[in-house]
Amino acid sequence: MINKILKSKNYISLICGTLIILGLIIKYTFHDEIIMSIFLILASIIGILPIMIQAYQALKIRVISIDLLVTIAVLGAFIIKNYEESSIVTFLFLFGVYLEQRTLSKTRSAIKELIEMAPESAFKLNDFGEYEEVDIDEVNVGDNLLVKTGNKVPVDGKVITGEGYINEASITGEPTPVHKTTGCKVYAGTILENGSLHIIAERVGEDTTFSKIIELVEEAQDAKSNAERFIDHFAKYYTPLVLLVALIVYLYSFNLELAITILVLGCPGALVIGIPVANVAGIGRGARSGILFKGSEVINDFSSVDTIVFDKTGTLTTGKPEVSEVKIYDHHNLDYTYALLVSIEKTVDHPLAKAIVNHFGVVSNLLVEKVNVIRGGGLKGIVDNKEVIIGNVTLLEDEKVDIPDYIYKDVNDLILNGHTIVLVSINNECKLLIGIKDQIRPTVKEELNRLKRFGVKNLVVLSGDNQGSVNILANELGINEAYGSMLPQDKVKFIEDLQKHVRVVAFVGDGVNDSPSLALANIGISLSSGTDVAIETSDVVLINNDFINLTFALKLSRKIMNNMKQNIAIALLVVVILLLSLIFGDWMNMTIGMFVHEASILAVILNSMRLLKYKHKKG
Amino acid sequence: MKKAIIQLEPLVCPSCTNKIETLVHKYNGVNHDSVKVLFNASKLKFTFNEDRISVEEVVNAITKLGYQVVKFDIKDV
Repeated sequence: MINKILKSKNYISLICGTLIILGLIIKYTFHDEIIMSIFLILASIIGILPIMIQAYQALKIRVISIDLLVTIAVLGAFIIKNYEESSIVTFLFLFGVYLEQRTLSKTRSAIKELIEMAPESAFKLNDFGEYEEVDIDEVNVGDNLLVKTGNKVPVDGKVITGEGYINEASITGEPTPVHKTTGCKVYAGTILENGSLHIIAERVGEDTTFSKIIELVEEAQDAKSNAERFIDHFAKYYTPLVLLVALIVYLYSFNLELAITILVLGCPGALVIGIPVANVAGIGRGARSGILFKGSEVINDFSSVDTIVFDKTGTLTTGKPEVSEVKIYDHHNLDYTYALLVSIEKTVDHPLAKAIVNHFGVVSNLLVEKVNVIRGGGLKGIVDNKEVIIGNVTLLEDEKVDIPDYIYKDVNDLILNGHTIVLVSINNECKLLIGIKDQIRPTVKEELNRLKRFGVKNLVVLSGDNQGSVNILANELGINEAYGSMLPQDKVKFIEDLQKHVRVVAFVGDGVNDSPSLALANIGISLSSGTDVAIETSDVVLINNDFINLTFALKLSRKIMNNMKQNIAIALLVVVILLLSLIFGDWMNMTIGMFVHEASILAVILNSMRLLKYKHKKG
Repeated sequence: MKKAIIQLEPLVCPSCTNKIETLVHKYNGVNHDSVKVLFNASKLKFTFNEDRISVEEVVNAITKLGYQVVKFDIKDV
């Protein structure tokens, strides 16, 4: 019975509202005060039931709740036979809760969208050798599962047979489908766009990367900041205090009307909900763009960051070397030269070799007869009966290849520009000079400039690379401080020293080898492709590995902080106005008080909903 | 020790979390430091000693307090 009443709160508020309207119509058309009173009494009694039950249940565990204040106020109105007030206040309170529910669920919608992307069922191989559809909870590690075209991958696992293209946007933010064949890892929550895969479950349920992201976001929304803990603490004592004040006023003045008005005015509403609602909307907005903030404390710190330290390789650069310069010293039979080069490079597995093969693309394969890899130098071999030597200057000098002065000059120019040098010699004749560079990510330069404009005073780059190439990069990007030859522990030391001088230090890394720095910095930011380490050690995760999101994250964090401040201002202003008008005005009563109270809660929620629509404008 | 994750109906007022927290703290088998009520996610999480208390007990008490329990999970810690 009790649960039924609580469940049907919304209907009760509808009935209550209808009775009030009928009562008022009767009053103003038939001028029948008695029938009107009967309607309003009925409305009050029906409306107060769920509120009273909640008040009682809270009281049982020794909590003085807002429901208790409203219950007492309504009973008080009953005693002084003001049925208009008693009914309208109960209705407003119930209807307010309904509206709060509706609007709150909107602010929570961004995160709900994320959760709804979680897979619900899987095709599992049963004892009869058939695939049968089962609930996701029935899948265990080691199970053999089938993923069909259009299905979500149900768990993290490994492909055993089959192939297909998977859209991994939910984990990596990368919209282009990735080709998967035997041995490839697949992740829960990603979608098989075509093909079919048989996979072995490796991590299921809450252990999958996807579930970890969701759990992180959920915990983040409710991770409380100091300000919020203070307000919560305050609210705990505030409600009983209001009750006490009302009682004292009554005992002192015997004015019941005044006492119950104080009860209604004193309901803490907008103040306690102001911060959490801005949090959930802001964090939800971030999650939608692949920015994960771990809680409001992080948002607070990040919004006032003044120094950002960047890791170089994989953060400011793509981490994948590419050919960026080719100098040709013999234009004769060029395609043949390329064919010799690519044929031999294809036989070795080295980042530089890969960069060369990618750059020169598909050419006819020639017969490779012999390959020797020379550590720290390059490689030499026999291709199509030609002696081919590929490598750095030292290797070619050792092999007695004649290098004219103008080539030495080109080599020096490229080194000064931060290139790694590869010379190609065929039959002891230098044919090509290739400059390979770990490319700067596109948009990095503009983003760094924008960060500066948004008030981040110091930008620093740290790298394990040599000082020369770090300087070149720093110059190109306009970074004021750059330090090379840094081991992970040197980076940690550097951040420790920095924290003695500046207020808030953020460290941006790729999340794999920089965990100590990520953990130590006030704000650790990882540009990640969804690795567990990155999710666990950093405070802000930029899931889709996109540099543009860094400035957006900064702007969003400031927007959220402003939103919280606005909410608190609204809440405090309302309380002050209510109290002042109660003391100095004569128009204030319970009904208006309840109306303003509910309206201020809705105003705060609506204000935070604006965060969901916040867009990243460039510039 | 086991961990309980209880999904509640959407919580509307932050003082609801206060009530639920106080209620769960009343049980002796519950690890008091572990009790967490997530307002926005409308979830209750805590670890408990399965010999001293069952999750069903807590779920019933929460329902009696006036909050619908949507579902609950128990996991090994």
